[in-house]
Amino acid sequence: MLSSQHFGDPGKMKDYHYTGPVEHKFSPYAFNGGTVLAVAGEDFAIVASDTRLSEGYSIHSRDSPKCYKLTDTTVIGCSGFHGDCLTLTKIIDARLKMYKHSNNKTMTSGAIAAMLSTILYSRRFFPYYVYNIIGGLDEEGKGAVYSFDPVGSYQRDTYKAGGSASAMLQPLLDNQIGFKNMEGVEHVPLTKDKAVQLVKDVFISAAERDVYTGDALRVCVITKEGINEETIPLRKD
Amino acid sequence: MALFEVSGYKKYCELREQILPAGLTHLVDRTNHYSFGTKTQEFAVPPGVDASGFLKSCNHDGGVCIEMNHGTTTLAFKFKHGVIVAVDSRASAGNYLDSTDANKVIEINAYLLGTMSGSAADCQYWERLLAKECRLYRLRNNHRISVAAASKLLSNMMVGYRGMGLSMGSMICGWDKQGPGLYYVDDNGTRLSGRMFSTGCGNSYAYGVVDSGYREDMTVEEAYELGRRGITHATHRDAYSGGVVNMYHMREDGWIKVCQDDVSELIHQYRKGMF
Repeated sequence: MLSSQHFGDPGKMKDYHYTGPVEHKFSPYAFNGGTVLAVAGEDFAIVASDTRLSEGYSIHSRDSPKCYKLTDTTVIGCSGFHGDCLTLTKIIDARLKMYKHSNNKTMTSGAIAAMLSTILYSRRFFPYYVYNIIGGLDEEGKGAVYSFDPVGSYQRDTYKAGGSASAMLQPLLDNQIGFKNMEGVEHVPLTKDKAVQLVKDVFISAAERDVYTGDALRVCVITKEGINEETIPLRKD
Repeated sequence: MALFEVSGYKKYCELREQILPAGLTHLVDRTNHYSFGTKTQEFAVPPGVDASGFLKSCNHDGGVCIEMNHGTTTLAFKFKHGVIVAVDSRASAGNYLDSTDANKVIEINAYLLGTMSGSAADCQYWERLLAKECRLYRLRNNHRISVAAASKLLSNMMVGYRGMGLSMGSMICGWDKQGPGLYYVDDNGTRLSGRMFSTGCGNSYAYGVVDSGYREDMTVEEAYELGRRGITHATHRDAYSGGVVNMYHMREDGWIKVCQDDVSELIHQYRKGMF
């Protein structure tokens, strides 16, 4: 007989009182927390993530960033179940190498996004519990962000937050970058420095209110010169 | 795994082979490590359990909550001057709105469109595969695929994975030698030709509006307005539909994209004095 728990938020712990006989079985998934964010600008892209790895009430590590460099112009942020994040990034790296060897060129951001969609869909019936966001430069040198759901549905965005604090961060980004819900405001295009500052502020807010986000922030800024990484401390509590 | 064999427990792939012959569905424990599923299409299934109920059963353990993008209203109808296709743009994952500007129409070629409702990943994947098959057909046979044949390809793909929990309600619209074509295809393998369809959780609201305003001899502008109203009123009443109305008009010389209007502005126009 299955437990009669209600549909809970990610990470919500079970209530410790007797609800009746409960069937326990091995779960292939775990929730390791973490938040990822990506912003696309005119000629740059930013991918940022916190570095906390948690499970239940424990923190496994304070130095486990969720951004992975794929090519010189593309970075992926993966949050959710850490085991699946690791396997997925290994598979993506292997497929990038295969492409490079067969086609003698590096995969473009758009191609990586399309490939990731099919990789995730091949596990449609036993999904990778990973929320992915790819940030990079497209063929014309403009910033591109692609966001995914766990089974491979994707689209190109200007900005996107994913992971445990995504529901808190996305409305803030809608307001500050998308100028939503503001009247009479001039739509100024985002500069690189302003975008980096915004990302830092946004993560500080996330660390204040989400238990799974904190410790440090890893920011990767992608421009045609290359990828620049920066680590900023966040709340450790 | 000796105990596995002695207990008489049949692997899920073997059970399915009794319904569908082997070779039609490639269900494996994990995708091949050397080719990574690039040579033939492979799908990994959780060993020993029913695939469609598997995710739901994982969703309560230790904070795990896997949600996939869902929910929609789409509509399409034929009239004197072609086919109108109108969709909303909201993608929800559980109670969270994952996207307000999702693209639910796939432009297969200049004369074929496919709409998506249900699970976003299922629709995107299978309709992209359909677009590939339509392109291959064109290259092999030197003429464009008919709407009937394209919709049949999609419904056959769905039949191959029947019972495994796919969720897709799609309309294939096009213009071929037989004239304008509109087919409804869903995840059970249903394939219906008709003059008007609406899919998704907001479909009943859209049917009400379009049924009461429809006339075969509408002008083009009247048809655009009807499509817009259908989606707008559906988004107004259905929680899982919203965003913008993306509308396409399929004509003899191909499709054109008509508009991309925000529903909250449209509903204020239509319901003056209501708010």
